[in-house]
Amino acid sequence: MRLDAPERPETREADAPRRSRWRTVVLVSVPLAAFALLLATSLGRDPRALPSELVGEPAPVFALPNLEGGGTVDMADLRGRVVVVNFWASWCQECRDEHPALDAAWDRYRERGVVVVGVLFEDTVEDGLAFADELATDWPLVDDPGSRTAIAYGVFGVPETFVISPDGIVTAKRVGPVDYTWLTTEIEDALRTPEAA
Amino acid sequence: MSGRVRLWLLLGAAVAVVVLAVTLASGRGSDGGTLDDRVQDVASGLRCPVCQNLSVADSPSALAREMRSEIASRLDAGDTPEEVRGFFVERYGEWVLLAPTREGLNLLPWLVPVAGLLLGVGVWAMLVRRRWPPETEAPTSAERRRIQAELDALEEPG
Amino acid sequence: MPALVGTVSLALALALALYGGIAAIVGVKTGRPRVIESARTAAFSLFALVVVANLAMLAALLSDDFTLRYVATNSSTSTPTFFKVLALWSADEGSLLLWNLVLGGYLAAVAFRFRRRRPEAFPWAFAVLFGVSAFYLLLVLGPTTPFETLATPPPDGRGPLPLLQNHPLMAAHPPFLYLGFIGFTVPFAFGIAALATGRVSDAWIRITRRWTIAAWIFLTIGLVLGALWSYGVLGWGGYWAWDPVENVALLPWLTGTAFLHSVMVQERRGMLKVWNLSLIVGTFALTVLGTFLTRGSILSSVHTFAQSLVGPLYLAFLTVVLLGGFGLIAWRREALRVETSFDTPLSRESVFLGNNVLLLVLTLTVLVGTIYPLLAEAVSGGKVSVGAPFFNRNAAPVALLLLFLMGIGPLLPWRAASLSAVLRRLQGPAWAAAIAAAVLALGGSGTAAVVVFGLAAFVATATLSEMARGVRAQRRALGGSWSSATRGAIARNHRLYGGLVVHLGLIVAVVGVSWVSLSDRSSELAIGRGERVSVEGYELRLDGISSRVEPHRRVIVADVTVFDAGGGEEVVRLHPSLNLYPGSSEPIGTPSIRVGTPLNGLSDLYLSLVSVDAQGAAFRFFVNPGVGLLWLGGAVMALGGVVAAWPTRSRPARALTPVEVEDRREEVSV
Repeated sequence: MRLDAPERPETREADAPRRSRWRTVVLVSVPLAAFALLLATSLGRDPRALPSELVGEPAPVFALPNLEGGGTVDMADLRGRVVVVNFWASWCQECRDEHPALDAAWDRYRERGVVVVGVLFEDTVEDGLAFADELATDWPLVDDPGSRTAIAYGVFGVPETFVISPDGIVTAKRVGPVDYTWLTTEIEDALRTPEAA
Repeated sequence: MSGRVRLWLLLGAAVAVVVLAVTLASGRGSDGGTLDDRVQDVASGLRCPVCQNLSVADSPSALAREMRSEIASRLDAGDTPEEVRGFFVERYGEWVLLAPTREGLNLLPWLVPVAGLLLGVGVWAMLVRRRWPPETEAPTSAERRRIQAELDALEEPG
Repeated sequence: MPALVGTVSLALALALALYGGIAAIVGVKTGRPRVIESARTAAFSLFALVVVANLAMLAALLSDDFTLRYVATNSSTSTPTFFKVLALWSADEGSLLLWNLVLGGYLAAVAFRFRRRRPEAFPWAFAVLFGVSAFYLLLVLGPTTPFETLATPPPDGRGPLPLLQNHPLMAAHPPFLYLGFIGFTVPFAFGIAALATGRVSDAWIRITRRWTIAAWIFLTIGLVLGALWSYGVLGWGGYWAWDPVENVALLPWLTGTAFLHSVMVQERRGMLKVWNLSLIVGTFALTVLGTFLTRGSILSSVHTFAQSLVGPLYLAFLTVVLLGGFGLIAWRREALRVETSFDTPLSRESVFLGNNVLLLVLTLTVLVGTIYPLLAEAVSGGKVSVGAPFFNRNAAPVALLLLFLMGIGPLLPWRAASLSAVLRRLQGPAWAAAIAAAVLALGGSGTAAVVVFGLAAFVATATLSEMARGVRAQRRALGGSWSSATRGAIARNHRLYGGLVVHLGLIVAVVGVSWVSLSDRSSELAIGRGERVSVEGYELRLDGISSRVEPHRRVIVADVTVFDAGGGEEVVRLHPSLNLYPGSSEPIGTPSIRVGTPLNGLSDLYLSLVSVDAQGAAFRFFVNPGVGLLWLGGAVMALGGVVAAWPTRSRPARALTPVEVEDRREEVSV
């Protein structure tokens, strides 16, 4: 036999007035509902989408070696022109998907001084060249040893594309494959920017 | 002083010592140490952009490796850890910091655990002292006889 | 054909779930036991049907039936058979099929267990179980169906995600985790039933005690396996990244552990009724929150499955559970009042209450850290991260306090202790702590090491001494050898000794975790072919790099020999590899590990291959001491749980065990 106090007999409910019960229920439910609402705000948002930090900021300058045939592409030389910097890699399926869009934009705007620069990301030069040959890429392609430029641009992965106005400001950034409409819209916007002195 | 008060003080002191020690230890500064150590410190506070929830220090990916060497060259060139972190935040946003800054709304996740602990300890102390002194006094003689009888019954062999 | 079989059996199962829930309630309200019986039959049939659906999917996978979208995206002709079977639960839809299988299994188990004697609340609990089943069946039939067919089946499948076919451990981790999560549905159902009927005595706790312990054991194993997988397969050298999905798996474990302790207070003293009901509702709600965050594509994580549109459904279910469960508790508040209270801080109840408080603070910390990015984005639109530095910083002090309580708790008797008795029992452990702390401090360890390992020595000694005390008392009272006394003592009180073994296991795991966290021996290094490089007190020589082609991947292996420092003896040969899967951009590395044993200083030598080029290869090399203790500790914890749940041969109710007799004697003579 135990020395503890015996257990109390069951108390029947229905002693408490109904109003105070409802009040407790409401009191308990309100924070829970608020919690559910908070969770609801996260619905429909892409958890992987990240805001663009560099838009509106000066574009990081670089001078990177060409993929083939020596020499470098230097951003300083490109000042005064609209530059589309596209980060890509041979192992990237979406880079393949967006290639036609870039090609079409390049063809349309090269006479107006727009230049597309493809920066290789986390890849070997041979694989990059093979990819470029296969897709007949004819805009400047550079290597990014040590991914310094990718880091400077805050690249998460490929493909990522930046549009830079003639005065060196990043006017647009796209994470993921670009399409022709987006490219033309952004390039036109950048072309309208008054040139810096 | 009474045994109970002594006990409370003892418990409280022990707890305070432990918590203090751990908090101090876990917040140890990173001013000294080799370059490697300093890189490790900064890198373990930055989030690898191409991995899931790994720090730049832990991540095996190539980009993380290059970020580490970027951190190393910046620290070597004389940047403070704050400046190096700022460099990455400028490019990747606040997201790249593995622990939120303690400003504005971001204070909330830092305060909640501490507040919770204080509240919890307070609730505990309140619940545990409700009846003071405790209502169990020494057993009465009738109870003692009962206890003895039960003890004897228990010790019966078999 | 499999799609048809699968869909039809799931649809029938859903119908049975709805029928069973309604029948159970109708049966109990109208007093017709036959109707309740039919609900039981429905449960068995439901389980059988879900088994059929799972078998249908298995058949489709094994026969390379690419008309099913799920098979086409998660398997391929070149996938090895073992991994084809695993593909059943390696992606969202399939794992939901497994979820339903486990849930159906528990439903059938409950129906079987209560085939004869039944508590009054049984029909209501049954109805709740049917309701939960209905929800998950609805999901697997509707938005997340694995049986969707393709109009034009591709010639070959894409194969599983590379990370998921790298290691056989993938086999065990999800099933154990699911057995754990879903297991908590049973005590939840009986708790709700108690609230619904107004009979909120201890019955619901007593009935479900072993189910709760079983669920806890499974969840513990599932979590440890997850850590093991992270360590041995993911190749980053760690075992816990505070990834959101890891966190949501940990949350119900924390509240479940709190629950297992506080129900003991309710059983002994009749207190904490509201608290226990809230804990079990909270634990179940946390498992639903887990499925919401993991499958509703809310957070970005290692585990998140493909985008799906089921977020709102999971959220709705979670809301129903929260409002329904806590609402019912608020509704029955009067019935849950209690007059007894705690007596003194120096009693086991008070320590258990402290344990609960601390575990809840940990739960709150992890929950806030995991959810905060959502709040920040809702408020300001910006994305923030909350990762390891935050969690480690905030969890460590609380965890240490918990350990301290774990040490003194078993030393205190229920209700009240005399100060002198307690101090006497504390002496041994306190000495052990002091000696350990002194040894470490003199050996040059930092503050953190001294505190943690001193505390560990304290708890281990306290736990062992408590076990010894019981065995000694048993021997004094009833004679016999030490081994028979041990068996006897355990047999008289499985719960106590099981619990003490669990505590021991936890301490072992904590020692392992702290040891590896406090040491930091890792390096990145490049080694040329045939070259020898010195690192972390060892020398590594790259003997060669080879590659082989397997049906589903290409593997590059580096052969490395490890020597003792200074060109000493050969220690081990390691073979880390890089696995390249078609269609994947980055190779997945498989680390090569020399496991630490007591014979070699308990240090794992962990080598992972990072990249390979013409000259040689780049590696990451870790010396990780004490990691093995984490796995050992986990196994001991599971074992302790089994001991605690072991059925007791009925002894006279409320009889005192010999150690309790001695305790009472002490108090009486005070």
